[in-house]
Amino acid sequence: MKDSLKNLTDVSLLWLLAIIAVMAVIPPITNSITMREDIFLILQYIALAASLNIILGFTGYVSFGHIVYYGIGGYVAFALMYFYGIHLIPAMIAGGIVCAIIAYLLGEAVLRLRGAYFAIATIGINEAVKALVNNLEFLGGSAGLFFNFKIYQNYGGAGNAIWLAYYLMAILAIVVITSNYLIKKSKFGLGLMSIREDEDAAIVLGIDTKKYKSLAYMLSAFFPGMVGAIFFFKNGNIEPVNAFHLLKSIEMIFMVVLGGFGTVTGPFVGSLLYERIRGLLLVNPLFKDLHMAVAGIILLLLILFVPSGVIGYLRDKVAILRRYVE
Amino acid sequence: MNAEVLIDSIISGLLLGLVYGLAAIGLNLIWGVMKVINLSHGAFIALGMFSIWILYTSFGIFPYIGIIMILGLGLVLGIITYFGALHRVIDAPELSTLLATFSVSLIIIGFGTFIFKTNPKALDFSLGGIEAGSIVILGTKVATGVISIIFTVLLYAFLYKTRPGKAIRAVSMNRTAAELMGINSSLILALSFGIGIALAMVAGALIATIFPFTILSGGGYELKSFVICVLGGLGSPIGALVGGITLGLIESVVTLGIQTSFVPVLEFALLVAILVLKPSGLLGGK
Repeated sequence: MKDSLKNLTDVSLLWLLAIIAVMAVIPPITNSITMREDIFLILQYIALAASLNIILGFTGYVSFGHIVYYGIGGYVAFALMYFYGIHLIPAMIAGGIVCAIIAYLLGEAVLRLRGAYFAIATIGINEAVKALVNNLEFLGGSAGLFFNFKIYQNYGGAGNAIWLAYYLMAILAIVVITSNYLIKKSKFGLGLMSIREDEDAAIVLGIDTKKYKSLAYMLSAFFPGMVGAIFFFKNGNIEPVNAFHLLKSIEMIFMVVLGGFGTVTGPFVGSLLYERIRGLLLVNPLFKDLHMAVAGIILLLLILFVPSGVIGYLRDKVAILRRYVE
Repeated sequence: MNAEVLIDSIISGLLLGLVYGLAAIGLNLIWGVMKVINLSHGAFIALGMFSIWILYTSFGIFPYIGIIMILGLGLVLGIITYFGALHRVIDAPELSTLLATFSVSLIIIGFGTFIFKTNPKALDFSLGGIEAGSIVILGTKVATGVISIIFTVLLYAFLYKTRPGKAIRAVSMNRTAAELMGINSSLILALSFGIGIALAMVAGALIATIFPFTILSGGGYELKSFVICVLGGLGSPIGALVGGITLGLIESVVTLGIQTSFVPVLEFALLVAILVLKPSGLLGGK
């Protein structure tokens, strides 16, 4: 415990948290709505990418349909707020917990699969849940649920409600990044990374890989559940197409790989860069209609030539960075 | 439910299943030989749909002749894709190949959306129908089923009777050993990927003769192909055909009993369940 507290004051974590915190307070100070929307998106990306990093980056399990937890958390929280008028914060935590429980149960089955089999199974899970929710009448089926505008009155109006969502997302991003750091520095994280490098060797060395994988999967499902809750609260409606969009899953993976998977700074850098690239592609008249194709080309070049991502590459090339960039 | 409705849906399920199977065989061949999950499969299926549409509407080429041309086109595109996107990462962890094939899919769909937009297209031609009592089966469906079988048989003949086919099987069993026997594994991998893509595009072209389509339609068939491969056993081409027929029957017969919208739930739950309980597929040993 003392060790982990000492870890919290490490420079390589502190500068990262400081940047996120500074970034997060810009919109409230300048009171700029567009800025708030941009940074909300970045914070959401950070929280999602860093969550995925726990199972994908540290443990080496390619959870391709990870967005399913974002959707489930979103639906659980949305339903709690919609039907029972529960406040966002407890609803959000409930969403996260339900996701962790589902991840535990599903993990019992699918974490036995390795490599590409696991990847396909996670895609299957996402599609199955999407199709199921499409059919659940009480969740609005394929049309989804819409908030009555009155629901925001409990938060002092829609404006305040959106700010609340914004602050919660900022806190969540910081918590997820911190947890990434703590995991990486702990014995638990070391165990996960040994699973990534060679699972059989890890078993031989006495690591309870089943428990480790299960815990990693639960953690990496818990946070996206809360992100989904906040996002759909702010959004005001939730529908299966949005909540379980496979493309969003791939966005998450893209950000982790872009920044450098298995690093703590990587998902953060990846999210920032991705948001910029996406913005450029969508706005630039030259690329606007071709943004998907250009994104594909960038992704391909990245995979082929910089597989360790920006941070992985820099840490490789510049020795001094290894002390300050985790 | 009367017998005729049942027979009707069994027959169309069977015919549909055959073409699903053809699409999945490509995916399965690629997985079996290269251990790569081809996430660009759906994009190539869509490309096949649009190829036949262009050949038919712009050049007036009869669709079933166009399919031969599409087979050649697919082979070339697949080989190019292999050397452009996969060759460098073929030995990297599966995340790299998953993302590499996905980026190919983004590129194809990106350009496709730019060129063709996303409004639905359909091939405007008909082969009449075969009537038996009150049952009418569309000629295009029959042709699709028959052609799918022909291509499957041809693939088998190729894999088992020809030298390159045997080399493909050797590489899929043990790449290192095959290399030691003097097989150029890069060429074989490229060829396998080319064949897999060619089959996907042909399947897409055949599907386009039955159903309307958009550039985004491939995604749905790609997911179906996953289910089929898993049903029949990943890596087993004949399993893909069996899986395809199973899926076709599930889609057409089960919908007589339950709501259509529940079918995907069933399909994907089946996918996960089989992966977990019997990863070698329904036909697989052990």
